[in-house]
Amino acid sequence: MAIKTEPFVVNLGPLHPSTHGVFRMKTTLDGEVVVDMEPVFGYLHRGIEKLAEERAYSGVIPLTDRLDYLASMSNNLAYVLAVEKLAGITVPERAEYLRVIIAELQRLASHLCAVGFFLNDCGAFMTPVLYMIREREKILDLFDMVCGQRLTYNYMRVGGVSHDIPEEFLPALYKFIQRMPGFIDEYDQLLKENEVLLVRAKGVGVLPKELAINVSASGPVLRGSGVKWDIRKADPYSVYDRFEFDIPTGTVGDCYDRYRVRIEEMRQSVRIIKQAMEQLPEGEVRSDVPPLIRPPVGEAYARIEAPKGELGFYLVSDNSIAPYRCAIRAPSLINLTALRDMVKGWKVADAIITFGSIDICMGEVDR
Amino acid sequence: MTVALSGKEIADKLEQQFPGSIVESSQDSLVVKSEFLSDVASFLKDTPDLDFNYLVSITAVDYYDYLEVVYRLTSMKHNHSLVVKTRCYERVNPVLPSVVSLWRGAELQEREIYDLMGISFDGHPNLKRLFLWHGFEGHPLRKDYW
Repeated sequence: MAIKTEPFVVNLGPLHPSTHGVFRMKTTLDGEVVVDMEPVFGYLHRGIEKLAEERAYSGVIPLTDRLDYLASMSNNLAYVLAVEKLAGITVPERAEYLRVIIAELQRLASHLCAVGFFLNDCGAFMTPVLYMIREREKILDLFDMVCGQRLTYNYMRVGGVSHDIPEEFLPALYKFIQRMPGFIDEYDQLLKENEVLLVRAKGVGVLPKELAINVSASGPVLRGSGVKWDIRKADPYSVYDRFEFDIPTGTVGDCYDRYRVRIEEMRQSVRIIKQAMEQLPEGEVRSDVPPLIRPPVGEAYARIEAPKGELGFYLVSDNSIAPYRCAIRAPSLINLTALRDMVKGWKVADAIITFGSIDICMGEVDR
Repeated sequence: MTVALSGKEIADKLEQQFPGSIVESSQDSLVVKSEFLSDVASFLKDTPDLDFNYLVSITAVDYYDYLEVVYRLTSMKHNHSLVVKTRCYERVNPVLPSVVSLWRGAELQEREIYDLMGISFDGHPNLKRLFLWHGFEGHPLRKDYW
């Protein structure tokens, strides 16, 4: 005899370890099956876009640190690129290379967190994530060397970067880059073929290719669904057109594909850093830019391939010292558009790993 | 490299297809009348040599005289992009047609614009505030909000 069940509503979050921040999934459950899900946002909304309208152009850089705080350098980069485009400022060659090195290190750090906490959600509790935090720590030490900060860096400047790298940075970076591929192999050895992980993640939370494009997904979420689209290749910024690297893609768009794409992207980042270190020229790291910038009336949109997807800044200038409007295209928020489709019909535990595999940062979702 | 299509050329094409739909056009962008937005959007998406299958972002800007909504489109097949804008001259209850039926990526972004800029999107499946709570008064990204 079938047991009669009826749907009931359970709030996952806003304060729950699996929601990676203050995010609420209002799920309607039938037994353990997710019948419907509605994401609820806004618990970390600080109005950064409005705050930016009252600050001088360079004063907005620290605000961008607080968007995706696991990848602050990338946010800095996207913002300064937008201001440079708006005001027509050129950047010294050495600064461009430093930006690429730093941005790729930041991608490594962000992906390490993403993969680690995803495995955490899958039930490999705390062991893999500690291995990954171990390497992330080394990257944070490198960042500490260049700017004295470990989380909110405020390192990029309009027209370059704030400081040149110290003497000890390049040897330390070299040592890290030599060892990193071995660490990535180690992660693979631990879990790539792990039976439990395969059962939990393969075929779960599928985002088909057409849907991924239609919902404007970007970054590893889009590439996991098999779309070869990376801003670094499709619309190169900074000096990315000078490096050789591949775009890893998945096939079906399940949680496992997104996890594999991130691991492969880490290998590509190491490749890019190696090339950038070899080509790194001498010279200035910051062009002569006045402290208060008055860009001409107009607008500019600059986008980068941030660790979580396409991060864009749309700036409108009215020839004053503050942006008239600073709109942010936040990949974390837009990647969540398809979450409902991805978790519907799965069990609660699958919904949690699907959400984890998207890799969001609430600072960027709510802004 | 993504090729930014000339707003002027596309505007000429649209003007042929939908007479009277274009307000103005420049090299970087084109402005369409809001009542033509749905037609123009589906034309841009479905014409094979334009094929704008990817909606990068939607944002809104308050220029006091009007509220401007900016649609940033990309075609992954041809690797070209286009910026389409539309304007609302109404400040009290401005309404625009929703593009969610064409690009579902607009779903959360239109809710965000509704929340922070106060533009309603006609045809949106679930139009309510995204970040701020139900009952919040005003729309903070408007220039007259303090």
